[in-house]
Amino acid sequence: MGGVCIVATALEGTLARTSLELVGGARALQPLGLQTSAALLGHGPGLAGAVAELHRHGVGIVYRCHHPLLSAGQSDAVLVALQPVVARAQPQVLLVAADTVGREVAPRLAARLRAALATECVQVGAADGAIVARRQVYGGRALATLVVRDYPAVLSVKPHALDVPTAAPVEGRMEDVEVSIDAEALPARVRQVLREQAELGLEEAQVVIGGGRGLGGPEGFALLRELAQLMGGAVGASRPPTDAGWVPASWQIGQTGKTIRPALYIAVGISGATQHIAGVSGSRTIVAINRDPEAPIFSVAHLGIVGDYREVVPALIARVKELKGV
Amino acid sequence: MEIIVCLKQVVDPELPARDFAIDPVTRRQVREGRPLVISTYDENALEVGLQLKDRLGGKVTALTLGPAATSGDAIRLALAMGADQAVVVDDPQAPVRLGAAKARLLAAAVRRLGRFDLVLCGCESADWVERVVGPLLAEALQAACVTFVSRIEQVNGTLLVRRLADEGFHLVEVRPPAVLAVTSDESNRPRLPKVKDIMTARRKPVHTWPVEEVASQAGMEGPLEVEVREVTLPERTARCEFLSGDPGEQAAALAQRLRELKLL
Repeated sequence: MGGVCIVATALEGTLARTSLELVGGARALQPLGLQTSAALLGHGPGLAGAVAELHRHGVGIVYRCHHPLLSAGQSDAVLVALQPVVARAQPQVLLVAADTVGREVAPRLAARLRAALATECVQVGAADGAIVARRQVYGGRALATLVVRDYPAVLSVKPHALDVPTAAPVEGRMEDVEVSIDAEALPARVRQVLREQAELGLEEAQVVIGGGRGLGGPEGFALLRELAQLMGGAVGASRPPTDAGWVPASWQIGQTGKTIRPALYIAVGISGATQHIAGVSGSRTIVAINRDPEAPIFSVAHLGIVGDYREVVPALIARVKELKGV
Repeated sequence: MEIIVCLKQVVDPELPARDFAIDPVTRRQVREGRPLVISTYDENALEVGLQLKDRLGGKVTALTLGPAATSGDAIRLALAMGADQAVVVDDPQAPVRLGAAKARLLAAAVRRLGRFDLVLCGCESADWVERVVGPLLAEALQAACVTFVSRIEQVNGTLLVRRLADEGFHLVEVRPPAVLAVTSDESNRPRLPKVKDIMTARRKPVHTWPVEEVASQAGMEGPLEVEVREVTLPERTARCEFLSGDPGEQAAALAQRLRELKLL
């Protein structure tokens, strides 16, 4: 009884990477002396593999919730499924990934449990017997340190903020939890999933080229795509191009969109609003190409080119081709 | 359709870095002397509400929680854009409250307003980005909840909403009453009020409710508050190395540096 319970998802059978990141978060809370368990939500034959994966990363008890409605985006179904797990495990701390479902579920779960709530955390740890969490505030301009002393507590963790921990196998056990979901009773239900992916997963890519308002229109993204393909990278965007419909919204990088931590991020025609910078500041090397030498993006960039991307990017493509001999 | 839109006033998020400061006592951003604007996505929420009213009829109420003394501009803009009435929950402490405390007060204010079909708010605030107000309002009001909504259609008495998701979009069927947290989209760019709208707005009702009155009806629901120990500015260590020359030379220099860094 008690301990830290991570809300793990294997909605299409495969354990989400974010679930393992939460295991890392649970490990960081170990100074509090809390055991780690997991509520595993999903369906399909792959669930057994997901259970094994959790045990391999040190999760003792896995409460397996198997139901076809535990699929993409069904937040109300997740809330129903978690109810018997919480009743059985009575966790002091629940860790949830701040993804599509998690950002709806975490606050609602906290409200139902009258729990303490900290969302969108980028670091979790323990000090002096309390949970200490950090989160970005003011569009990434500042970092807030929150102290959570009350139990139960619900914490949501930003995807890709924590590393996947090394394996630490345990002889775990799995308990099946009976999940009874009345589809008709769900107040909000996903009827259709419209997939819209960057060519290469933005969050996994080691090279990301981002385009902004400065591209002037959707055509500019064709150049960026050519450069990205050459460098084995992915193309993303800041908010204005996605708001304008130049590129799919799922390409958006920033506090509201995706958080990326590639080895190389090239920001093209992006002025560097704080919301955008918050989502890219974990990149190892940042290159900015912008006509405006005063653009705030240069304050976080390591390498900068002041110039017109219509001239610089084709020249860069030509140079990279030369160096690669293609 | 009865629609309530929650609007928050924040310091302009595009404020230059030199004007950004944290108050060491309140651990929140210094507001004095800084321009205040309606929080980014709240204006999109208002636009979505107004479009629904344009299509389906009904009433849009703008609801804000904040010090009444500084809430005037936000309220006037909302009324000029087309909201039918406004309610200000006058709360001098609002700028230092976290989302959970805000949601509790907003829920009480919504209940006091009476019947609603939809409560709309921004998917996140431009300052603390907790993303909790929508879901917590939904719990407190026992309403359905969908976040990151960009479009809303009414189909046979239920709502079909488009939600921005990790893998693209979800079309979600929602039964009102519902709380929807709205994100930006090409379809919900906030309208610019015309001069005539600004004049008409002066005649629309604005109700100011003292926060104590609202709080006394708030009940005990909601999550516990957490302590904000400190808010610090990260050290920016990056110092940008500018590459000079004509575009060809700049590109060559960049490729060379990327090669040295083993990124190419």
